[in-house]
Amino acid sequence: MTELSEVTRDDASLRRFLHGLPGVDQVGVEQRAAGLATRSIKKASKLWAIDTAISMVDLTTLEGADTPGKVRTLAAKARRPDAEYPEVPHVGAVCVYPDLVETAVTALVGSGVGVASVATAFPSGRSNRQVKIADTEMAVAAGASEIDMVIDRGAFLSGRYGQVYEEIVAVKAACGDAHLKVILETGELSTYDNVRRASWLALLAGGDFIKTSTGKVSPAATLPVTHVMLQAVRDWRDRTGQLRGVKPAGGIRNTKDAIRYLVAVHEVAGPEWLTPSLFRFGASSLLNDLLMQRRTQLEGHYSGPDYVTVD
Amino acid sequence: MSDRVTVAKTYKLYIGGAFPRSESGRVYPVADSRGGFLANAAQASRKDAREAVAAARKAFPGWSGATAYNRGQVLYRVAELLEGRRAQFVHEVTASEGVKRAEAIVDAAIDRWVWYAGWTDKLAAVLGSSNPVAGPYFSFSTPEPTGVVAVLAPQHSSLLGLVSVLAPVIAAGNTCVVVSSQDRPLPAITLSEVLATSDVPGGVVNVLTGRTAELAPWLAAHADVNALDLTGAPDSTRTELEKAAAGTVKRVLRAPRTEPDWTREPDMARMRAVLETKTVWHPMGV
Repeated sequence: MTELSEVTRDDASLRRFLHGLPGVDQVGVEQRAAGLATRSIKKASKLWAIDTAISMVDLTTLEGADTPGKVRTLAAKARRPDAEYPEVPHVGAVCVYPDLVETAVTALVGSGVGVASVATAFPSGRSNRQVKIADTEMAVAAGASEIDMVIDRGAFLSGRYGQVYEEIVAVKAACGDAHLKVILETGELSTYDNVRRASWLALLAGGDFIKTSTGKVSPAATLPVTHVMLQAVRDWRDRTGQLRGVKPAGGIRNTKDAIRYLVAVHEVAGPEWLTPSLFRFGASSLLNDLLMQRRTQLEGHYSGPDYVTVD
Repeated sequence: MSDRVTVAKTYKLYIGGAFPRSESGRVYPVADSRGGFLANAAQASRKDAREAVAAARKAFPGWSGATAYNRGQVLYRVAELLEGRRAQFVHEVTASEGVKRAEAIVDAAIDRWVWYAGWTDKLAAVLGSSNPVAGPYFSFSTPEPTGVVAVLAPQHSSLLGLVSVLAPVIAAGNTCVVVSSQDRPLPAITLSEVLATSDVPGGVVNVLTGRTAELAPWLAAHADVNALDLTGAPDSTRTELEKAAAGTVKRVLRAPRTEPDWTREPDMARMRAVLETKTVWHPMGV
């Protein structure tokens, strides 16, 4: 087996390594994902899964129309998702654009909720490296504890892996202490093999998390894609002993979906990944459904959208 | 050799404009008035009820926001389609209820749609008002639909009774989840086929077949249901259902001990029961 340090020596060895990764059995991974999705989680396990999922949510608002007021509202919800049930855990992080990081940080002081910021010319990533690094530095300076960067899909798809690698390394350096999540935008990578290569590329370059999508491209996160990425972090752990995280984002709207992802995490990566420091959901409407389902479990009857906050 | 075996049908539910099987996979046999086998009907579970409520909620903004004139046209179109399927309804009502004069019942049901169709654009004029107030304000009140209504359809009158409780709910602009007559669900199933091919948007009417006593408590306690019609609720469960409905302050239409005579001329009571009054004070003379 090649030493991983050798792999990143130059463009050619990087290419040799990535193209030497075993191909993904498309039918197999889709069937496995669909099979795991039928698993039934009930009662106490479901309640546990709901609470765990809530603590893994990266409550996200990435709209052109975002205002400081909206971010503060979101922060309040992140601190205490359900006003009537104070025992509900706080969410993993709030995810905003760089210019709103400061607002979010101020609103979340002392809460334990992280502040994630997208950076590097999100969502397209179409800008030069100086701009991307400045974008990252600005978010970190404003107090972001997590940076969600996008990879240059154009470079990746045309095979310039070295360029993508260097860019992730440079952004990682600009992050300082902040965690780096690398968005692969799997909806634009077209094959599972590409997803596997991009995952390894991001892990090699030092990404703390690999994230499926920006949420701006359809299809966003899917179960099979997340499977491939979970396999990558599992294999990375087997080779290096380091634990890296996965974050599916976009299109996860209800509790049923979220629990399916948790089952996949448990079965593909392993139970040690069932923690907010290694698995996150990038979502906005998911949280309300989780809260409604939680109430249904506790109150014995179905809840409705009138009983959770509108955001 | 023409002893053809008739195809035994297994019907499905009507939720959100589609015809899904029950999530539980259950079906139950439906007997005619003499106890002979008629068909299998889906036996809905609480999760089907939940899906139906979600579909009704989703359809509510569109249906309540449609103009009253448009709603009237849509309901009138339902009457037209019902007329087209008259023979089938006559057959099913005869088989289900064992009555001799099923034609008259079906005709009355068709006429009832027309009657309620005519009311949609008159409700505001009749139930609304401009209110004399002591100040420089123009104060006026208008009726607005309550929201998602859970209807427990009458157990005996499977078509006319069903139409008599369903039509006022949607004429007023609400969306609904109907639990059909437990032992006589066929007319309700055929009516859902009519609704699916009419202009009524999917989700405005959702029809569940199955055990009323099993489904009713879930609908009564569901926090996203705004009103509950107890017409077809089993006698012994009504108090419990009212209590469950009180948990989220639903409007409850109580039911008389015995089923009313559905052939009697309808009035506005059923529409008024699922309408809220909104009053607006508008400054004048500025």
